[in-house]
Amino acid sequence: MLQTPLHDFHVSLGAKMVDFAGWHMPVYYRGITEEHVHTRTNASLFDVSHMGRIRFDGPDVQALLQHVCTRNLKDTAVGQSKYAHVCREDGGILDDVIVSRHAGHWVMVCNASNREKILAWLHRHSAGRKTDILDQTLDTAMFAVQGPAAVSLVESRFGVPVGSLKRYWFVEGSVLGMDYCIYRSGYTGEDGVEAIVPAAAVAMILPYLVSDGGASGECRPAGLGARDTLRMEAAMPLYGHELTEDVDTLSAGQGWCVDLSVDFVGAAAMRAIKAVGLRKKLVGLELEGKRIARQGYPIVRDGAPVGTITSGTMSLTLDKSIAMGFLATEWTEPGTHVSIDLGRKEAPARVVPLPFYRRAK
Amino acid sequence: MKIPTDRKYLATHEWFKPEGDLLVVGISQFAADELTDITFVDLPAVGTKVQAGKAFGEIESVKATAELISAVSGAVAEINAALADAPELVNGDPFHKAWMVKIKPGDRSGLDALMDAAAYESHCAAGAH
Repeated sequence: MLQTPLHDFHVSLGAKMVDFAGWHMPVYYRGITEEHVHTRTNASLFDVSHMGRIRFDGPDVQALLQHVCTRNLKDTAVGQSKYAHVCREDGGILDDVIVSRHAGHWVMVCNASNREKILAWLHRHSAGRKTDILDQTLDTAMFAVQGPAAVSLVESRFGVPVGSLKRYWFVEGSVLGMDYCIYRSGYTGEDGVEAIVPAAAVAMILPYLVSDGGASGECRPAGLGARDTLRMEAAMPLYGHELTEDVDTLSAGQGWCVDLSVDFVGAAAMRAIKAVGLRKKLVGLELEGKRIARQGYPIVRDGAPVGTITSGTMSLTLDKSIAMGFLATEWTEPGTHVSIDLGRKEAPARVVPLPFYRRAK
Repeated sequence: MKIPTDRKYLATHEWFKPEGDLLVVGISQFAADELTDITFVDLPAVGTKVQAGKAFGEIESVKATAELISAVSGAVAEINAALADAPELVNGDPFHKAWMVKIKPGDRSGLDALMDAAAYESHCAAGAH
């Protein structure tokens, strides 16, 4: 199993470790609830080094990325990142990624579970183009600092002015020969940053963020468990749940990251899907009671299946059982009543607008 | 991990402890740690018939849903009402305060096949889920 450069740090804090996409990762340190609440009220450190980091050099990089990404990259400025999907010809989602434009190169961050698949896809589509594709995942570390205190914390500890960055912009620099790149982005619904640093440097950086073993400081480590419950409240899609090869970006409710005026792999299929109209949509659901809708549970109406759950949890912020799922378009109006088939029981639920949680600005 | 020796265990992580003519049932610390923060324990009403090898309730955590399996057939004699308002007790004290149900067994033969504490500890160490 692969280990991130923060692996020994997790183990030394007694984290509960799990296999995640081939990586030995912390699911929690003290408890998912405490880590979730701490992120919403202070700041948390997340190890996201398992995610793929791919560097692109060469004159044809932008053309290659535009060919494989759903987003219009034409006006991307140096210092700017864009969230996009990489899709098959039929629109099926291969991955969701963030591409960032540096002065002389681009960087793509992709999901850990899709890194090999995406690298193969990129190599296939770079044939005939002047591009060098370099997988930097194992040579670098990536961590996120998320929460209302995150930005001021990063500014005060590292002296990097991230507070003036707009969301999805980044700043890069070098300290003692160590290159860093800090992005104003994240996956929790809170303000915060994500940073890429050399693998060998990350152990030196951590004490600036997390003190006292992380149990009592302003910034505490949080695991993949809290990352998942946080992203669900914020209705951010997760590959393998809301996003799969069986669904296109429009049906997955992520049409905001698609520009059908440009040509990319999957654009023709999505134009056709749009012309016919979406047959299913991603919705938010609130369940009555305390049972939780899990991935794959059927959504029913008058005894007939009308959809499928993609993710669900007990919202620790709202104290409600929440879920996302794909539902036949005719039932997607907020307020519509449906039932969730839990196996031996059914739970009444109603369609609600997404996201479940929005931070105060 | 300290595993009480005064009871027996199913491979699916439920424990069964004799108490007079009843069997007290709960889940192990290993199971609670694997499930992560428990948010709800769905228990049957007192008087409900349970069947050996069949589920009699379900546990919800922020990450997963797990069934509660009975090792014996019988009827539910008592449920732990404290879990309704404090499901987190299962994470904190699964072997004692967070017992789940007491079953009046019709027949105790299902208990013979259960693991003792040492066997259950090896079962957990082998990474069984």
